[in-house]
Amino acid sequence: MSYEMVIGLEVHLQLATASKIFSGSSTAFGAEPNAQANAVDMGMPGMLPVLNAQAIRFAVMFGLGIGAKIGRHSVFDRKNYFYPDLPKGYQISQFFEPIVAEGMFDVPMPDGSLWPIRITRAHLEEDAGKSVHDLFPGATAIDLNRAGTPLLEIVTEPDFRTAEQAVCYLKALHALAIALEISDGNMAEGSMRCDVNLSVRPAGSDILGTRTEIKNVNSFRFVERAIAVEFERQIDILEDGGEIIQETRLYDAERNETRSMRSKEVANDYRYFPEPDLLPIVIDDQYIESVRASLPELPADKRRRFIKDFQLGDYDAAQLANDRSTADFFEATVALCQEPKLTANWVLGDLSAALNRDECNIAGSPVTPELLAGLIRRLADNTLSSKLAKQVFEGLWAGEGDTDSIIEQRGLKQVSDSGSLEALVDAVIAQNPDQVAQYRAADPDKRKKLSGFFVGQIMKASQGQANPQLLNPILMAKLASDD
Amino acid sequence: MMQNVIGASAKTQLSLLDRGEISAVELVTEHLQHIRRHNSVLNAVTEILDESALAAARAADAQRASGEHKPLAGLPLLHKDNFCTRNITTSCASKMLADFKPPYDATVVSHLHTAGTVTLGKCNMDEFAMGSSTESSFYGPCKNPWDVTRVPGGSSGGSAAAVAAGFAPWATGTDTGGSIRQPASLCGVTGLKPTYGRVSRYGIVAFASSLDQAGPIARSVEDCAMMLNHIAGEDPLDATTAAIDCPDFTHGLSDDINGLRIGLPRQYFGSDLDPAVAVLVHAAIAELEAAGAILVDIDLPLTHDAIATYYVIAPAEASANLARYDGVRFGHRCADPADLQDLYQRSRSEGFGEEVQRRILVGTYALSAGSYEAYFKKAQQVRRLIRADFDRAFESVDLIAGPAAPSVAFTLGAKNQDPLTMYMEDVFTLSVNLAGLPGLSLPAGFTEKLPVGLQLIGRAFDEATVLRAGHRYQMMTDWHQHRAPMISGVSS
Repeated sequence: MSYEMVIGLEVHLQLATASKIFSGSSTAFGAEPNAQANAVDMGMPGMLPVLNAQAIRFAVMFGLGIGAKIGRHSVFDRKNYFYPDLPKGYQISQFFEPIVAEGMFDVPMPDGSLWPIRITRAHLEEDAGKSVHDLFPGATAIDLNRAGTPLLEIVTEPDFRTAEQAVCYLKALHALAIALEISDGNMAEGSMRCDVNLSVRPAGSDILGTRTEIKNVNSFRFVERAIAVEFERQIDILEDGGEIIQETRLYDAERNETRSMRSKEVANDYRYFPEPDLLPIVIDDQYIESVRASLPELPADKRRRFIKDFQLGDYDAAQLANDRSTADFFEATVALCQEPKLTANWVLGDLSAALNRDECNIAGSPVTPELLAGLIRRLADNTLSSKLAKQVFEGLWAGEGDTDSIIEQRGLKQVSDSGSLEALVDAVIAQNPDQVAQYRAADPDKRKKLSGFFVGQIMKASQGQANPQLLNPILMAKLASDD
Repeated sequence: MMQNVIGASAKTQLSLLDRGEISAVELVTEHLQHIRRHNSVLNAVTEILDESALAAARAADAQRASGEHKPLAGLPLLHKDNFCTRNITTSCASKMLADFKPPYDATVVSHLHTAGTVTLGKCNMDEFAMGSSTESSFYGPCKNPWDVTRVPGGSSGGSAAAVAAGFAPWATGTDTGGSIRQPASLCGVTGLKPTYGRVSRYGIVAFASSLDQAGPIARSVEDCAMMLNHIAGEDPLDATTAAIDCPDFTHGLSDDINGLRIGLPRQYFGSDLDPAVAVLVHAAIAELEAAGAILVDIDLPLTHDAIATYYVIAPAEASANLARYDGVRFGHRCADPADLQDLYQRSRSEGFGEEVQRRILVGTYALSAGSYEAYFKKAQQVRRLIRADFDRAFESVDLIAGPAAPSVAFTLGAKNQDPLTMYMEDVFTLSVNLAGLPGLSLPAGFTEKLPVGLQLIGRAFDEATVLRAGHRYQMMTDWHQHRAPMISGVSS
């Protein structure tokens, strides 16, 4: 039998407010343990939460960015459970009336298509602190620096059918958060954490199977792998005639497996009730419109604009638009060279490969838009072949100067005058009489294939500098002329 | 001279200071000695702050000598022990916080400190403000100065008893379901629960956050108004404080009450009310009528339902508010916990008293899956109806009058074995908290030498009218000037 997976995602996005959601403590990452926990964060007696207006604004920006409804009247609730790193014994969250209500979101897929998914809700809450179990033998240490950091929890309907869709959604969400500047999106520091709800069912069925929840997966790659192994695990159980237990699981990246954390039977009853220390959040049209007016261009809009204005393909447009700094780099380069398609190819191709190779982000790229535009201009005016351009690019990357000076230094100018090209062709023909004879004996459609040998030899002889467009007719004519 | 100081109002004591007839050091010393002499019997004060009080008094005298001084410089004050006081034990009369010294002052405490008052000590109370008799205190019960075999009421029983005994001219209290007004009634002093949102809750150890409100307990309405002036107002540290202007509450106190419409809820004068108390409350209301008020019979049909409503909402909020006392960061921690579960269970079982544990259990139950709809949500709905009842009543009246407590002070141990009987103590006060309204309790006479209180309830944020009517009554009567035996007994 073939199975399909049904996935819903819950993402915890850490909002990039300067201070915590209910106190004035800093949210900066990496301070000494408990240096950024004040009396409110520690849940000291008599302390009261005071709402950070920036967190509200960020949540509304996100809601508008993802095309969801904004809750005009939303409330905070207390989620009650005991844990040493939860100082008050309850987490302030939103359960009954979230600040962002339902919406639809189009996930851009690698083939350029869009996968529509439903957003259930997004709500504000405070993060807990951290329990550190391996610092002191026999004791657990508590670091409350993270306690009270604002989180936006974004919940989807079970609308994903492949791991790829889930990962593309996460990447789009990440891109949106960065574009809106509401999160630093630093996955390694936990700024975006994902819970995966997954069930399987026979392909084509419309009945949902029992789901498991994989908690706190914190990289795109791990999400993909966790989904794959959990999918297999559930299928194996069903194939063996077993039943899936509804439970919370943990993904162990080292062993590439999911493990049971706790089953539903012992799950907490969170006893949600409205938080009496905070007033309801009332949002009016005027506020929403003022936030809307301040929004930067969103990745989806950017994608559409790139397709329309630059005639880019869906895939290239999505790849460029998804990352704000990549998009900015692309647009800056195009503005200088007026060659959008070549620029897209270079940004997504050689530049992206070099950035990955040297673990560099595009904002710190040694090849600036100015340098890349210079290269592309020389490609466009046929000074460089694409092969030569790659060599020039390596020079640019190594900081050897601009395109023209690298061409000069390395002597990489493309050979385009017909006299030199003819001399090259003549020499190669003279050096390879057997291949010439073979060529001339072949029928026309085989000749095309055989001509590649001569092009290769000429490129080798010219150290890649022969202009292929001009070379070709000369070569064809010479091979044919002595027929 | 000194014998007149103990038991004198804050206003009187302040004028003595202002006229230089007494120094702050003399005034504070006299009160500290008085507390030392009688607190072993009364148990109204859990910590006496001799050293810091005398230092503050000396500073106040120096300030007054320099010519420029804070408005209340040198005036003694006591705080209920659920107000956080920086570096001073704030126990809530619980073993859980017996060693807790907060690194901050409550907003009310810092306002009164800024005004120049001198804190003499912290007052006994029901544990975590849960109770109506101050018998659930970890430090043992507080006694009523009018009869030390009786309770002072609660939960601000220590504050009310202390003021009645002349330990200080005034004290702070908190009122979640009647905890200022009922003890004020039982101790023959004047107590005001302001409108919810009028006074900051920052730094007050939370019991039930949507109901808690701080206010003054004093010897007169004038004193209550004077303290309210200093503690009221929006606080950026408490999101539930209201951005509503505070008038000078002492201004216009003596204006007449001609034509003021006073509503008498039928439900406040039924079988719940001790007949002897009813007689005195009716007499007090007749005085107000004589002063020009118009009496109107009204209905508050949900008065009785307020008890059940309150005893769902308050414990539910408390169950969450008290979850932070887990033995991890502060407060009592059990010895040698075997594991996390053991740490939680024993720290909390050892640290909390019986009534606190009962309310945590009730509140946890009311919020749990399967009970939320039937209890907590239903209670919230009834709460809205109770508010609507008051709104409707205030369309035809300016003030509501009735008893503050169903009876006079009862004997120690009489009600603390039966929680439901104890909960009835607050039948006339609970609904005022549920509706968030201001309520004043003031002495209205004595039966069998025990004080009886009159309660005046006003519109939200209309403390001014409540205080004006109360002051008018005190201009016509002297019940508030009667002194408990403890005061006259110490005259030297």
